[in-house]
Amino acid sequence: MATVDVDLPHVKDEDPHHHGPAKGLGRWLYTTNHKDIGSMYLIFSLTMFMIGGIMALIIRAELFQPGLQLVEPNFFNQMTTMHGLIMVFGAVMPAFVGLANWMIPMQIGAPDMALPRMNNWSFWILPFAFLILLSSLFMPGGAPNFGWTFYAPLSTTYAPESVTFFIFGVHIMGASSIMGAINIIATILNMRAPGMTLMKMPLFVWTWLITAFLLIAVMPVLAGVVTMMLMDIHFGTSFFNAAGGGDPVLFQHVFWFFGHPEVYIMILPAFGIISEIIPTFARKRLFGYSSMVYAVASIALLSFVVWAHHMFTVGMPLVGEVFFMFATMLIAVPTGVKVFNWVATMFRGSMTFETPMLFAIAFVVLFTIGGFSGLMLAIAPADFQYHDTYFVVAHFHYVLVPGAIFSIMAATYYWLPKWTGHQLNETMGKLHFWLSFVGVNVTFFPMHFVGLAGMPRRIPDYALQFADFNSMASVGAFIFGFSQLVFIYNVIQNVRAGEKATAQVWEGAQGLEWTIPSPAPYHTFSTPPKVD
Amino acid sequence: MSKAFTLALSLLSTPALADWQLNMNEGVTALSREIFDLHMLIFWICVVIGVAVFGVMFYSIFKFRKSKGAVAEHWHENTTVEVFWTVVPSIILIAMAVPATATLMDMYDTSEADVDIQITGYQWKWRYQYLDEDIDFFSNLSTPREEIVNESTKNPNYLLEVDNALVIPANKKVRFLVTANDVIHSWWVPHFAVKKDAIPGFINEAWVKVEEPGVYRGQCTELCGKDHGFMPVVVEVKSEADYEQWVADQKAMKLAMADEASKDLSMDELIAKGEGVYQAACSGCHQPNGQGIPGAFPAITGSAIATGAIDAHIDIIVNGKTGTAMQAFKEQLSAVDIAAVVTYQRNALGNTVGDMVQPSAIQK
Repeated sequence: MATVDVDLPHVKDEDPHHHGPAKGLGRWLYTTNHKDIGSMYLIFSLTMFMIGGIMALIIRAELFQPGLQLVEPNFFNQMTTMHGLIMVFGAVMPAFVGLANWMIPMQIGAPDMALPRMNNWSFWILPFAFLILLSSLFMPGGAPNFGWTFYAPLSTTYAPESVTFFIFGVHIMGASSIMGAINIIATILNMRAPGMTLMKMPLFVWTWLITAFLLIAVMPVLAGVVTMMLMDIHFGTSFFNAAGGGDPVLFQHVFWFFGHPEVYIMILPAFGIISEIIPTFARKRLFGYSSMVYAVASIALLSFVVWAHHMFTVGMPLVGEVFFMFATMLIAVPTGVKVFNWVATMFRGSMTFETPMLFAIAFVVLFTIGGFSGLMLAIAPADFQYHDTYFVVAHFHYVLVPGAIFSIMAATYYWLPKWTGHQLNETMGKLHFWLSFVGVNVTFFPMHFVGLAGMPRRIPDYALQFADFNSMASVGAFIFGFSQLVFIYNVIQNVRAGEKATAQVWEGAQGLEWTIPSPAPYHTFSTPPKVD
Repeated sequence: MSKAFTLALSLLSTPALADWQLNMNEGVTALSREIFDLHMLIFWICVVIGVAVFGVMFYSIFKFRKSKGAVAEHWHENTTVEVFWTVVPSIILIAMAVPATATLMDMYDTSEADVDIQITGYQWKWRYQYLDEDIDFFSNLSTPREEIVNESTKNPNYLLEVDNALVIPANKKVRFLVTANDVIHSWWVPHFAVKKDAIPGFINEAWVKVEEPGVYRGQCTELCGKDHGFMPVVVEVKSEADYEQWVADQKAMKLAMADEASKDLSMDELIAKGEGVYQAACSGCHQPNGQGIPGAFPAITGSAIATGAIDAHIDIIVNGKTGTAMQAFKEQLSAVDIAAVVTYQRNALGNTVGDMVQPSAIQK
């Protein structure tokens, strides 16, 4: 691996005014420091994860038994909608942006992000977007209740009035994501240390580079579709209104043209994280580095031509069904390559199983299970039976919870000692892992069964035959939900105190971030390191 | 004591009704079995790949541990292996897609149907129109409210039962023309492997040919608003002779209803009938007590329409209000029902207007 020359004494010689963080609230409001902004993104994401999680627990509590017990159907729909929106746009995406802010400059040997003021702005508009979205819960008529996919005309002609606030919120989130993506691309393409060629970049950087292009490509499409909704609602157009000559299916095409790349936006950085962690704890270089890069790029390109597999039952022409079925199945090939490469990295390595590695291994297994159900869903004729049932709910929660979320937790545990300067409490980390692992599977595995047996998604009450697995899933959800308190405890404890971490932190870790002290100084790589 | 007993009974009886069904229904048509076979084929392919991949992975996890003295090797590339595990999955997938495409072609072949039925999704009910016969009716959830709010024991068909089931003949190719009146719905019967989105402005096609008479149950599978979970699909498949008899009965019933619409009813009769109609057709939105849901559905109690001019009141029920969830009920309710419910809303639910309308005065 690269040998690195980091000249830290030189940093200390400079005027300390420019190098310590400012005092008080102003530090956080005005900061342009990638580490501060990264921390704010991560804290914001954790907050949203908790709020979205409470909504999930309300959903699972209602579904614990057949019959209506706790909430009315309309409020139930608000919960499913807000849970989805908050988890996708508030928890998973900002968490990855936070990790990118912290790690990309340190991994490529840059002093900061390329556009630090825009970085501040792209974070600080996010809390307002979500305040607007959450405030709709207290408006007359209630919050958006049309599902996170907000299909027209349920989300236009038949929507509660708060839909306008939802549209405004989505616009702000989109602007934040686009600015974040531009910043990441500018940083990676312009600020790499001398010698850090593209094909030497850590995979986390690579996956984020590709993800950022996806974001720039599709967030404007999302902005377009919500603007068309706004026009339909307030300005009398009929983009999606059949009575005015519009087309409700057009909404779905445009939405999923955004939506499918969006799901890869939520998983590609996870691939990068896992590709960092497995080699560290297997003490062996990542198998097939270049094929990993090409696989991620292929997945990203394919994500633009598979959107209508979300719409197999809308009555597409036969040839459309066949095209989208084939294209979707193709995605299994590069995804398979990634999984095979991770396993090959472990093979004949020298493995230890610290908390980040446990999350990474669970990611590989459970994400692959989600991939298998994805492959099943790709078979268009069979999809007529799976579509809009709990089988789909099981599928995307497997790729998003033990997929994206586990990778974020793995990344947090992996890099936390670098951020705080304190070694992890392994006992508490493992406790969190095992509780989460059991909770996730008890929650989501039974959903495959009720889905195949015929339970539609997004219903507040269900037929008696689905009762047993639903109560099981609810128990699992509460185990998973409350075990996240252990995670919060771990992070807070680690910030406050702990055994002093070395610069290396993990025995097998490779890369520039491990050459700087722990905790990472407020400014790093003011002088670029040399990478051979 | 008796409450504890009921609770214990309900706890005992629920597992007896529930089954731990793990897999997809094989269904009752040739096509549904074909789809089931595809499902199982891809499932077993996944199982085999999973066993191989996870096998190697867990072998590595147990064998190559640092604590067992494993020392990492240094190789990190092998083009042959990479090509192998790119090409082999591609071949498996193409092999899988071929039979899937053949099944799709069968599913899309709606030609030469014996019976054509138009299915229209409404918030939150289905309408069935037999295009060759003069038969047209709505199908509503019939599970009593008490069961939903846990005030009485749930029956085995809880949430999967309707007032008027769709009736089709066995051993005939039945074509469904699926559309919607308001938002998008999706009509699904798992045992037929028929799921088709009902989209306003579109007419989608699907078909089924069921061999054995029986009752088959499904649900709406596209989020369509508040009562999405409460619009089941029930299909009764009858033998050909029974089906013919049913068609004749429907026609006779229609004549009888037309006859009834010409009779006059007393205020008390109208109110008594109207209460039933209100609870079935109106209370989902306007609430059983007429208070509505602020911000979403207006109250009937004290409303300008229900206490204003009777013609405007009749008009909104007959023709609905465009751009809102208020549907046109002229197709859904008979003249008798509309007269009854108008009279009920004006003289009950806290309203005391005092007037009434007769079925013969309802202009549809």
